[in-house]
Amino acid sequence: MHQFTIEPLFGTDHLSIAGYNIAFTNSALWMAITAVVLWVFMLGGMKRQLVPGRWQMAVESMTGFIDSMLAANIGPAGRKYVPYIFSIFMFILFANLLGLLPLGLFGIHPFTFTSHFTVTGVLAIMSFSIVLIVGFWRHGLHFFSLFVPHGTPIWLMWLIPVIELISFLVRPFSLGLRLFVAMMAGHVLLEVLSSFVIDSANAGAAYGVLIGGPSFILMIAICALEVLVAGIQAYVFALLTSLYLNDAENLH
Amino acid sequence: MPQIAQLAATYSSQIFWLLLTFGFVFFVIGLGMVPKIQGTVDRRDRQIADDLAAAERARQEADAQDEAYRAKAEASRAEALKLTQAAKADATAESDKTLAKADAESAEALSAAEARIAAATAQALGEIESVAAEAAQDMVAKLSGAKVNAADAAKAVKAALANG
Repeated sequence: MHQFTIEPLFGTDHLSIAGYNIAFTNSALWMAITAVVLWVFMLGGMKRQLVPGRWQMAVESMTGFIDSMLAANIGPAGRKYVPYIFSIFMFILFANLLGLLPLGLFGIHPFTFTSHFTVTGVLAIMSFSIVLIVGFWRHGLHFFSLFVPHGTPIWLMWLIPVIELISFLVRPFSLGLRLFVAMMAGHVLLEVLSSFVIDSANAGAAYGVLIGGPSFILMIAICALEVLVAGIQAYVFALLTSLYLNDAENLH
Repeated sequence: MPQIAQLAATYSSQIFWLLLTFGFVFFVIGLGMVPKIQGTVDRRDRQIADDLAAAERARQEADAQDEAYRAKAEASRAEALKLTQAAKADATAESDKTLAKADAESAEALSAAEARIAAATAQALGEIESVAAEAAQDMVAKLSGAKVNAADAAKAVKAALANG
């Protein structure tokens, strides 16, 4: 669990604004690294050549991916949400991937800040707030008709809106917790397997081969799975945000 | 679990730095860079669409020109056909006329020849009559010694020839 511990860096323990502590921690450092790496990645796409190079092609395929996802889920009105959805998708994706880097070999310990529900919760609340703002901005109080799906029988009117309201209010929690749980579980699983390898090897050569070997092979497979999960969780977050935005934009 | 154990101590720092870094990502990258990249992609798509449209236009133009050329070739062929047919008709009429003239000439020659033959026959017949009359005169003179004048002999011969 040590890998999830937040430690203030550079003696900023007591840095604060209005009584709130804002110490520059390892978490903040990796947020900054994520932002900078993402910015560098995007710089490669700013060459704006008519015939793109590889890097520009990679950047354009990411924007095109988000663009087509929003076009498919929201329609032509979805284009104005591309900056936000792109930012949140790339930020989470880069954070997840950077947190998986095997930098421990060089004595640096990556910190996956998406494994903290404080962070994923803020991101989820941000997405949910945008959904609420867009919904009430575009439809006013008519936005509440979201809780009455088409074809609801009159005699179920006392039940369906309640269920819909609850499922609507659960959205920010499921959005934030899903990412936090997936990232944390993956890292814990890797840590457990690596402790199997180390502890069994320390217990003796036979244990090391019988328990450590299979654990090591499994760990390699789980590493590949974690890279996949890093992409999938970022995608799910962006996809669900765009689906919720579709509700706000088009109601049902 | 540090996420819960450190929550009270670190939540403000976490939220502050997250808003700062994500704000940078959203405002600088999301709002600053993404629209430009989309613009590049849109411009390229538009250029490709324009090029395709231009190619399509050129193709239609070529098709129209081909159509016009074909129509023109068709017209020329029809014209040529008409000319050859006229020439053929002319030649036929010409040869018909020549043929008719030749026919008339040969018919004329034929009738002239027939007339000559008829004249010759008549003459020959006349000669036969006079020779026969003379012969009859001589035969009568020799056999009976009676003199038969030429007119009687001729009359007798004519009668014999007409009966024979």
